Amino acid sequence: MLRRLPILLLLVSVASFAEGEAGQYQTRSEFLIESFGHDKPASSIVWINNELRANATEVLGHAPAMLRMRYWYEGPRTAWIIDEIGKEQNITFGVVIENGEVQSLRVLHFRETRGWEIRYPFFTRQFSALRLTNDGSLSHGIDGISGATLSVKAATRSANFALVLDEYTRTTSQTASAP
Amino acid sequence: MNKTICWLGFALLVMASPARSETPNIEEIWAIVQQQQVEIDELKRKLAAADAQLAAADQKIEATGDYLDTFAMSEMQQPSTTIGGYGEVHYNNLNADDSARDVDQIDFHRFVLFFGHEFTDRIRFFSELELEHSLAGDGAPGEVELEQAYVDFTLTDTLSAKAGLFLLPVGILNETHEPPTFYGVERNSVESDIIPSTWWEAGAAVSGHYETGLSWDFAMHSGLAMPTTGGNAFRVRSGRQKVAEALASDPAYTARLRYSGIPGLDLGLSYQYQTDASQVSNDGLDEGQLLSANAIYSIGDFTFKGVYASWDFSGAAIEAAGADSQTGWFLEPSYRFRTARGDFGIYGRYQDVDAARAQDQFTQNEFGVNYWPTDNVVFKFDFRQREHNLASEAGRDFDGFDIGLGYQF
Repeated sequence: MLRRLPILLLLVSVASFAEGEAGQYQTRSEFLIESFGHDKPASSIVWINNELRANATEVLGHAPAMLRMRYWYEGPRTAWIIDEIGKEQNITFGVVIENGEVQSLRVLHFRETRGWEIRYPFFTRQFSALRLTNDGSLSHGIDGISGATLSVKAATRSANFALVLDEYTRTTSQTASAP
Repeated sequence: MNKTICWLGFALLVMASPARSETPNIEEIWAIVQQQQVEIDELKRKLAAADAQLAAADQKIEATGDYLDTFAMSEMQQPSTTIGGYGEVHYNNLNADDSARDVDQIDFHRFVLFFGHEFTDRIRFFSELELEHSLAGDGAPGEVELEQAYVDFTLTDTLSAKAGLFLLPVGILNETHEPPTFYGVERNSVESDIIPSTWWEAGAAVSGHYETGLSWDFAMHSGLAMPTTGGNAFRVRSGRQKVAEALASDPAYTARLRYSGIPGLDLGLSYQYQTDASQVSNDGLDEGQLLSANAIYSIGDFTFKGVYASWDFSGAAIEAAGADSQTGWFLEPSYRFRTARGDFGIYGRYQDVDAARAQDQFTQNEFGVNYWPTDNVVFKFDFRQREHNLASEAGRDFDGFDIGLGYQF
């Protein structure tokens, strides 16, 4: 047993040196800079009224917890930050939409123990050009990852929700507030 | 602006007084204008007050919204301690060639609860506690098992380590075995008789993953203690010590390489080395090596799944018994139909198992259907037909059907 002790000690010592917030891959500011070229785009708020709440409940599979959603915009481009539960923990997604099509999806914060694959481009690039069809469904499917099914579904739900919100803002007038 | 309003008031006054017989003189008009100005001033004051009230109301609404958002966000934050679980109930109706071996039973096969706790965002605890066959205790068919209990350390964005009691990184089912994630009421036999899922050991492990979709695991852990005599001699599944006052003189090592860099594709290759698969020296069973490969490929709603696993043991006794090589594999195509009322999936599976016991040497065909009314609940129905390799085991050949219900949360 003594010959195995150094491995355990090494493991513990490495863990104790770890710094920073685990699983945070992009801050809000970094996400906005990537999305708009700077971190001061105009922002606005969508109140989750009864119509949106009903749509969101259908898309998410549960009622949204928030009363309103802040978003950022510049020209036809909007950016949304959405928390959605994977298996046990919330995953924070950033979704950029332009003219009703997803431009990019990013994992800003991942807290699950499994499903790390969804943060990487080989997975997220599937969301490019995703849009809502006339019947409200997604324009194309998202291939899953074995062992990460619930994280994949959380990403898909978040993109779908962002598209619903984006469509709502484009078809109704929203009161802008300070960036 | 004020002059315009005055003259407009004057004009309206004139227009509104057609019955008046006499035109007002200039003093009367001046008095009327002054009266109108007083009223206008009062209206402007009220309008300004209303604007101020509206602004204040806006501020209150914003403040209320901010507060409720904060409350909602705090509600959304996961607590430090989380609970999850899964379960499955099975009905088996199997007709064996030897009717004494017929099976007609219903069983709550697994009731599992997960408990997790986040000490910090880098140090987390995870556990899985299972009640098998509904009833545990002396003479009861089931047992209570601690299948996972480890502390996970996130070292960097791509590197983590864990220590404690954990599932070994081999095959498909061993780490991901919640009922909605697989077809068939019963788990496949390859990952039961060759890879003895659910297979957990105690020790320490390190894992890494990269942007290419490549990941690796390495674990040093407690080993098997396979029996060398009796009806279960050299049976791998019977060698699991389940970390219950387990012999630890001869550890084992497991390594896995995995590639999932293409959505829908998952490839895994595992190697395990048992320094002494019985934990007893000079008993005729020495080293053991497990090699397993697994693949999942999904394209659209079609999925193809396969596992191959093979043991190679050394030792005079196990070689004499012809159990030094134990192998199994299965192939499983499936197709999932997505409907507004839930998903339906159909599958077929062929498996070939050649394990230590004669009764564990067989081929099996099966096909069936899963119905997911929602993602985390599944109903299952399947037909199975098993044929044993040895004529002496022909009485165990069976065909029949299974019905199951599974869930996870």
